[in-house]
Amino acid sequence: MEIKTATAGTLESGDIVIQIAPGDGLQIDLDSSVSAQFGRRIKEVITETLEGLGISDATVTATDKGALDCTIRARVTAAAVRATGKDVWKD
Amino acid sequence: MMFVPGNNPGMMADAHIYGPDSIMLDLEDSVTMAEKDAARLLVYNALKTIDYGDTEMVVRINPLSTPYGKKDVEAVVKAGVDVIRMPKTETADEVRELEAEIIKVETELGCVGRTRIMAAIESALGIVNAFEIASASKRMMGIALGAEDYSASLKTQRTPGGAELLLARETIVVAARAAGISCFDTVYSNLDDMETFRKEVELIRDLGFDGKSIINPRQIEVVNEVFTPSPKAIEKSLRIVAAIKEAQAKGSGVVSLNGKMVDRPVVIRAERTIAYAIASGVLKEEDAL
Repeated sequence: MEIKTATAGTLESGDIVIQIAPGDGLQIDLDSSVSAQFGRRIKEVITETLEGLGISDATVTATDKGALDCTIRARVTAAAVRATGKDVWKD
Repeated sequence: MMFVPGNNPGMMADAHIYGPDSIMLDLEDSVTMAEKDAARLLVYNALKTIDYGDTEMVVRINPLSTPYGKKDVEAVVKAGVDVIRMPKTETADEVRELEAEIIKVETELGCVGRTRIMAAIESALGIVNAFEIASASKRMMGIALGAEDYSASLKTQRTPGGAELLLARETIVVAARAAGISCFDTVYSNLDDMETFRKEVELIRDLGFDGKSIINPRQIEVVNEVFTPSPKAIEKSLRIVAAIKEAQAKGSGVVSLNGKMVDRPVVIRAERTIAYAIASGVLKEEDAL
């Protein structure tokens, strides 16, 4: 799936900024104050969401401010919709 | 009913902790055009994931006349929202148009009839059509006043006493009662003036509203205090209901209590007081029997 660089989310508490850019394979660069405790889980949610949307090649930059899983999914999906130009959200 | 911006995940996650009866996640005025898509996804995922318990979940969608409205309906119905709040409602046809959109999504999901509708009335035309709006669909659960837009449509401004809203408030209560649904008052946005806020809540309670829209958890306590019946009122209501039950057992629909006639309208008011007392948690349901 062809993508361009796009971003979603804010730096407010409880949120996460997700930037998706073209890439080869899936690479995730995470910045989070709770990286030691939840970094692996955050990356899992990002990966699962992108795979569910059919995106396997992308470079993701994530700046986390304590987001819940549902917020991570929402922001990844929003960034993916913007990056692909397609309304790819689904159940 | 507490308003929460639909693009603020921190507030959305914490809102139910403060114990509002109902939470309204907003996709309309509190979300910029550029963030409509992201807010819709955030609200969808929050409704699907966060356990809001018994709190009634409402989403204010964008008008169906915008590019966002129908997508909002699809997302929130799929997420299982309890109530869709339609903003700036002016005619019954708008309610029926929303209902048709809801039915499309519910038919796809196999859950026709699940989603209820609340209409916000925010213009002079909406007030003129209030009863037609309130009775436009069996899904209608309530109508609400949106005072800022309404005042602008009257070409006047908001005042502390709310004189500019009096006709609208009374019309909404009458229309809601005639249609057999609930009615909710507008927000009060000055968080630094709790005294005027309390007076406004007392006013709308006395006018007959079922509840007040709020924008901050600090306002919950005042609304609950004003709407919670006093111990004296509860005791009197319990005595009225007990007296009329006793009279009915003897074949009479009217009774005298402390020298005053108790008939059907008095009983209805007493039953409403008891219902509020139970809902407020100051009276146990078994003690009201």
